[in-house]
Amino acid sequence: MLVNQFLLLSAFLFCTGVYGVLARRNAVMVLMSIELMLNAVNINLLTFGVLHGTVSGQVFALFIIAVAAAEVAVGLAIVLLIYRNRSNIDVDDLDLMKG
Amino acid sequence: MLENAYLIPLLPALSFVFILLFGKRFKGGDAVHWIGIGVVGVVWVLSLVLGAQWIDRSEDALSGGGSSYEESLVVVVGSSGTGAGVLLGTEAGEGAPAPIAEPVISQITWFQSGGVEHSVGTYVDGLAALLLVVVSTVSLLVHIYSTEYVRGDVRYVHYYAFLSLFTASMLFFVLSSSILQMIVGWELVGLCSFALIGHWWEDSANSSAALKAFLTNRVGDIGLLVGMIILFFGAGTFDIFQINDMVARGEISHLVLLMASLSLIAAVMSKSGQFPLHTWLPDAMAGPTPVSALIHAATMVVAGVYMIARLYPVFYEGFAINTSSINLLSFIGGFTALMAAGLAFFQWDIKKVLAYSTVSQLGYMVMALGVGAWTAAVFHLFTHALFKACLFLGAGSVSHASHHTFDMRKMGGLKKHMPVTFWTFAIASLALAGIFPLAGFWSKDEILIGAWTGQQSGYPLMLFFGAAVAALTAAYMTRVIYYTFFGEYRGHGTPHESPKAITVPLVILAGGAVLGGLANLPSPAADAIGLGGIAHRIETYAEPVNFLAPLGLTVAAPSLAMALIGLGLALSGIGVTYLYFWKGMGPQGLSERNKYARAGRTFFENKYYLDYLYNDIIVASIKWPIAKATYWFNQNVIDKVVDSVGEGARDGGQFVYRYIDQAVVDGTVNATGTAANASGESLRVIQSGKVQDYGALLFGAVGVLAIIFVIVI
Repeated sequence: MLVNQFLLLSAFLFCTGVYGVLARRNAVMVLMSIELMLNAVNINLLTFGVLHGTVSGQVFALFIIAVAAAEVAVGLAIVLLIYRNRSNIDVDDLDLMKG
Repeated sequence: MLENAYLIPLLPALSFVFILLFGKRFKGGDAVHWIGIGVVGVVWVLSLVLGAQWIDRSEDALSGGGSSYEESLVVVVGSSGTGAGVLLGTEAGEGAPAPIAEPVISQITWFQSGGVEHSVGTYVDGLAALLLVVVSTVSLLVHIYSTEYVRGDVRYVHYYAFLSLFTASMLFFVLSSSILQMIVGWELVGLCSFALIGHWWEDSANSSAALKAFLTNRVGDIGLLVGMIILFFGAGTFDIFQINDMVARGEISHLVLLMASLSLIAAVMSKSGQFPLHTWLPDAMAGPTPVSALIHAATMVVAGVYMIARLYPVFYEGFAINTSSINLLSFIGGFTALMAAGLAFFQWDIKKVLAYSTVSQLGYMVMALGVGAWTAAVFHLFTHALFKACLFLGAGSVSHASHHTFDMRKMGGLKKHMPVTFWTFAIASLALAGIFPLAGFWSKDEILIGAWTGQQSGYPLMLFFGAAVAALTAAYMTRVIYYTFFGEYRGHGTPHESPKAITVPLVILAGGAVLGGLANLPSPAADAIGLGGIAHRIETYAEPVNFLAPLGLTVAAPSLAMALIGLGLALSGIGVTYLYFWKGMGPQGLSERNKYARAGRTFFENKYYLDYLYNDIIVASIKWPIAKATYWFNQNVIDKVVDSVGEGARDGGQFVYRYIDQAVVDGTVNATGTAANASGESLRVIQSGKVQDYGALLFGAVGVLAIIFVIVI
């Protein structure tokens, strides 16, 4: 079985996610980019799981989906609170930790 | 009581504290003497009980046998006087039993150091028991006497407090079971004598006399400390019994013992007033008279003699008393006896005559110890305590009557005014002179025989000293009696007999001076009066034969010839003086006519210039040229060294400060700080606070690492 296509897709998705996380200023978009990266990983896991004929890849993927759901729930709650406090969700403004 | 002897010094010590703290509460201090008298009375009874118990114990040991020392006993030897006429005591002397009762030692551990246990406790044997009885008796009488003599004094309470402490210290010293304890007791006695001699310190002469006594004693104390330390390192213990035992078994080398006894003799010189450190003793007369009696009869000055007697094996071996015919101990004693007896003729102060007499008699005791006549020395200590206390208290009584002067030129004719004082004083003087059958006769006789017989050979020089002193003693006491009690009264006012509190102790002590000889009657004399059972009691109960017999100590047998010689010398002394003063015979006023006689008189009146030697030559030379040279040396050598060391240190410090501290150390510290600061400044740019920047760094770094990973692998 040829895994190239899957891996290329996954790499593309991951790079898109990285770009989104680093470049977007909207916090919701950042969160969505993180989801992209996670899903790129999921694709990798499934691909190699099929390649080696085990189900552990799928099991890990399921775990990651569950963890991603929890992460989005927490992340959106944080974004919501930021919005309530500052009336926008621009991540560039969140520099309280500046040294 | 033998095991609980610690009570005896403890009681007067408690009484000292009590009197000092609460004495004033008793009618403003006027009734304080009852505490002192009560406590010393109890101590006196306890001492007598202890003495009786010791006698019981000795008798048990004697009759029960069973002591391992019996075989090793060297019994009295009577062979040495064969050429010298009648010898009475040969057979009886050989039968004299020896004490074989072990001393009763009760100890507790004081401290441990270097694996050695140091104990304190009490050491009761015949010698200690005898001294306890003597000290407590004299102290009790002095306490009673003082109620009258010191009455109304400003520091009455203080006086009685120190009298108690004095008694306590001496009793403590006597009962010491280790030489460490002896040092403590020794110093306590010295301290109390300082306080009491300087009792009337408002007069600067008194306080300087107290200082002189104290400082002279300090000189000797160095010897005491050194000697005790040598003994400790020689024997490995401070315990008196063990030290004596080791010496008796020959386990300590002769050299160590010689060094120790040479050092200890310095202590004896200062405390017991032996030449050349005797000069404090006559000055100590500045204290109240009862104190003089206590110091000179029973307590302080016999401490030195007691110390020799207590550590006798050390001295016996150290000075090889057994085999020599002259040694330092006997020579010091004999010379002191003769020298002080000479000085006693030229004093006008009645107490100073008695003081020199004390020095002389102490010399006698030391000489007796030096020739190996242990029993004779202790016996003489006992009898001397009785009659010398009587003499001092008598002198106090005389002064009490004649307006508080001690100058014999202002007395005279007191015989008819104060008969009790006269008769007691006369009896005590005769006892001191050694007239049969008074106490001094017996003890002095034993010393003379001891010097004659010696140990393996006789001590002829000591016999000469002793004989000369016997005659001189009788003579100067006759002089005192003549000036004080005969002729016309030369003072002012009317003299009167002293009250009961003064005369009763005098009568008791005079009784002691008469009967004291019974304590160690030679057996021929005891047999003659039908009291054969009480012969040689001190020898029987007190002599530590268990230590001395292995060393070869022999006791001289009594000799009628020697007794007659001694008595003859004393009588001739009295006779010559009688003719000189009463009959006006002899070279009257010789010193006014003859310049050599005058020079001699001046020499004696200035006490052989010993005080000048000490003050003007020794002290002054230390004070002036030596001190000056020392000062120069100090300024120019020692100070220079110190200064240059200081300057060098200062320069070095500056160099270090400037080039090492400032440049290197501080530079490093500063550079560290600066580097940290600069790197922080440059790095804080990265710390933007934006999560995306951190993320970008993270991914960038991962990317770089991945590239390295790929290239390397």
